[in-house]
Amino acid sequence: MTDMAVETTTSSEPLPRTKTDWLPLLLVPALALLALPFIGSGSTWVTLTVAGLAMGMMIFLMASGLTLVFGLMDIINFGHGVFISLGAYATLIVLGPLAGWGQADSVWLNLGLLFLCIVVAMAVTGVVGAVFERVIVRPVYGSHLKQILVTMGGLIVAEQAIHAIWGASPIPLQLPQTLRGAFVIGDIVMERYRVVAVCIGLVVFIGMQLLLNRTRIGLLIRAGVENPEMVEALGYRIRRLFVSVFVAGSALAGLGGVMWAFYRQTLTAGMGMEVMVLVFIVIIIGGLGSVGGCFVGSILVALVANYVGFLEPKLALISNILVMALVLIWRPQGLFPVARR
Amino acid sequence: MAEPLLQLSGVHTHIGPYHILHGVDFAIPAGQLTMLLGRNGAGKTTTLRTIMGLWQASSGAIRFDGQDITKNSTPNIARAGIGYVPESMAIFTDLTVRENIVLAARSGPVDSARLDWMLGLFPALKRFWNLPAGNLSGGQKQMLAIARAIAEPRRLLLIDEPTKGLAPVMVRSMIEAFKALKAAGETILLVEQNFYAASALGDNVIVMDDGRIVHSGAMREMVEDKNLQQRLLGLSLDAHQ
Ligand SMILES: Nc1ncnc2c1ncn2[C@@H]1O[C@H](COP(=O)(O)OP(=O)(O)OP(=O)(O)O)[C@@H](O)[C@H]1O
Ligand SMILES: [Mg+2]
Repeated sequence: MTDMAVETTTSSEPLPRTKTDWLPLLLVPALALLALPFIGSGSTWVTLTVAGLAMGMMIFLMASGLTLVFGLMDIINFGHGVFISLGAYATLIVLGPLAGWGQADSVWLNLGLLFLCIVVAMAVTGVVGAVFERVIVRPVYGSHLKQILVTMGGLIVAEQAIHAIWGASPIPLQLPQTLRGAFVIGDIVMERYRVVAVCIGLVVFIGMQLLLNRTRIGLLIRAGVENPEMVEALGYRIRRLFVSVFVAGSALAGLGGVMWAFYRQTLTAGMGMEVMVLVFIVIIIGGLGSVGGCFVGSILVALVANYVGFLEPKLALISNILVMALVLIWRPQGLFPVARR
Repeated sequence: MAEPLLQLSGVHTHIGPYHILHGVDFAIPAGQLTMLLGRNGAGKTTTLRTIMGLWQASSGAIRFDGQDITKNSTPNIARAGIGYVPESMAIFTDLTVRENIVLAARSGPVDSARLDWMLGLFPALKRFWNLPAGNLSGGQKQMLAIARAIAEPRRLLLIDEPTKGLAPVMVRSMIEAFKALKAAGETILLVEQNFYAASALGDNVIVMDDGRIVHSGAMREMVEDKNLQQRLLGLSLDAHQ
């Protein structure tokens, strides 16, 4: 990519100010601080916050691909949950032959196993994503109603396929040996796997930000989210970009599925569908098409769910909807509205 | 006479159920600036979009540089060497000025001579180089949209109403920029409502009405013939002077 250096000349005309939008970013620490006095105990607060962050990262992994697919292609893909379930089940391909790695008392073998599960799951969901795009999504470009119906159909077929391949009953999944249990520091308890999930989520988020902001393909994706027609008028074949983003989005859902599966320690074909409500909530909160918004939205929803679940369990179920309603009252287009034509 | 760079023959365009272009014929000679005039709703924008393949011509032919591009996809039409500045400008507001230009130079980095030339035409862009383009003023956005169209060498520029909504001083500097582009040998098809700007720039003029071409010829002829102006452009002539 070019680095065109242009010296900035001084002039009497005032420079327009850059509008960096910090407010939504402040929501997360503000919420965490606000919750502290209600929860009272500092150590409980840390535990809940880490749990919320971990859950938020997993939701982000599952949702980030969908928000890009929606932003770039204007496709409503109800079938996205399939890739979450499929990614989760794909761990079995690795766990079958390499079960020993999971029982070994070695952090490296355990993490290696998790890593392999992720790689295989992403490969499987990426390939299935490419087929799904070609067979199911491509014929219904431009019509939201058809997209909803057809991708729902795809979802049902894919869930049945999972039943056919891996059976209809839930399959228990064991965390690798050293990832079980918790880190205990003083009276603070942090489940190990949650810490791992936070790290993986952060790495993926930073990677996506670098890709979107520092590479030509990232520029194209951002430009395409804003105005696909103009991207084409500059000579780019946006169809190829669509397909790549769809495949990448499916693979990310697969990655989220792996993380989610080890968290729940059970596999069910419907597990992807179950989290889709949350996924849709966070991409709406974040602003359709915004990866940063999806990240903040995921953490917000998950933190609230954890705090409320502790303080007022009866409200836990509706807390997500409440967060969404409040955010949309504040910003009807979501936290980071993406400009469109 | 050599074959014109761009030739439309009997082009009809439908948008959904509406029949918008009714057999548009015109030719754009290489190396000249051709103005496309016509009242609101005459079909100027639709004509440019049809050339770019953003609307599909339902019949007729569009030839560019000896090739039939009527059925080509928009990216392929752009790659054939046509730069497009839409009426809405369609700059990428989330990207910086620099990123907008980087993206527009599809075939590779902009060489420094070209960059200097572009920024010489539109010095304001230099100052906002690393700012999100959404922060630019309307006139600066228009400059960016044009700079994007010339970020790499093109055979033909299609520019849709670049002076729309600009203050007179901005219109004048825009006219200067087009004069410079003309002097650099660019072939330009420019849609313009402002007859003052149009007459200062055009080598040729095409007038549209109701989806048809109602006049085409040399600009000088039109400037000299007040009756022709009155008949074709009506009040718009006085309104814009
Ligand atoms: N997307 C669309 N759907 C339906 N009709 C359209 C669409 N775009 C343009 N039209 C119609 O086509 C006709 C020509 O429009 P066009 O935008 O090409 O005119 P124009 O000459 O560019 O006008 P202006 O000077 O106002 O920009 C108008 O009657 C307009 O209403
Ligand atoms: Mg127009």
